[in-house]
Amino acid sequence: MIKKHFQKIKPYIWLFSFAVFSIGSFWLGFDPGKTIYQSFTKSFIEMITFIPFLFIIVGLFDVWFPKEKIEKHIGDESGVKGIFTVIILAMLQAGPLYGAFPVAYILYKKGASIKNIFIYLGAFSTLKIPMLGIEIGYLGLNFTLSRTLVALPLFILVGYFMEWYLKGKNFKVNEV
Amino acid sequence: MNNVLIFISFSVFTSLVSFLLDRQKTISGFKKGLKMFKNIVIPFLNILILVSLLLFIIPPQMIVKYLGAGSGAVGFAIAAVVGSVTLIPGFISYPIASGLLKQGASYSTVAVFMTTLMMVGVVTLPLEIKYFGKRAAFLRNLLNLAVAIIIGILIGLIL
Repeated sequence: MIKKHFQKIKPYIWLFSFAVFSIGSFWLGFDPGKTIYQSFTKSFIEMITFIPFLFIIVGLFDVWFPKEKIEKHIGDESGVKGIFTVIILAMLQAGPLYGAFPVAYILYKKGASIKNIFIYLGAFSTLKIPMLGIEIGYLGLNFTLSRTLVALPLFILVGYFMEWYLKGKNFKVNEV
Repeated sequence: MNNVLIFISFSVFTSLVSFLLDRQKTISGFKKGLKMFKNIVIPFLNILILVSLLLFIIPPQMIVKYLGAGSGAVGFAIAAVVGSVTLIPGFISYPIASGLLKQGASYSTVAVFMTTLMMVGVVTLPLEIKYFGKRAAFLRNLLNLAVAIIIGILIGLIL
């Protein structure tokens, strides 16, 4: 019973302790605490001014461009169109890289080439739309654009290299 | 401030277009967005607290020395190792990166850190091996490490 309650409040422990710490710091005139609080409010304002808008955009993207629809076409196309499709599919995803491995398995099952599987992983790690949004918000449009434009050709190259190296070495993606 | 304007105008624009095309879809899109926002808001606040604490504890001179413009190969190495071995969710890594930049880290080391964080996973390597086999998993991580360093160098030249 206590454990259950603890699970419920667990995510808020940090916030709660920080609130107590900040109030205490102002109360007692503890300067480091005040500085930390001010730096927190600054970054909080930075976040709250753009993150909600970002999620409006991401949510709309999600309903207008469902991943399932694109997934259907994987494996049918080859060449540039195939590369393009896996990149678009990757851009619509969210989450950490290990969440992309099961999708890579699906791509493999559907007959995607080795090259496209690894291009997918590359695009997944660097071009996800929600992440690009946060990146623009925090690191600026210049940084995001340069990083993306530099990364894109490089991970396409990685895809080609992986295919060249792994072809004929009975490469397969396993279901885990 | 500039960024905020980009986000507001873009989200207003997309919402308007979407609303004109399909009212129902737009509402479910909003709901989806809200749900995602709710999921990240607490971990996000936690990381902001942590970053504020760390930036207070770690003196800016130290960040400039080890991750700043003059840090060279050492800075790249630190950024690459930390980025490769830690498992920090993407959205959480951006406030950290922005904090580092403000304290004097260079764009190239931050780019190396962010790229290795996203593309190289030492902790997840055993899982990756299960999916792709040893050969492919090792090769992918090695190549991506190289890519991260190239990205860092090029970003340093561009920005």
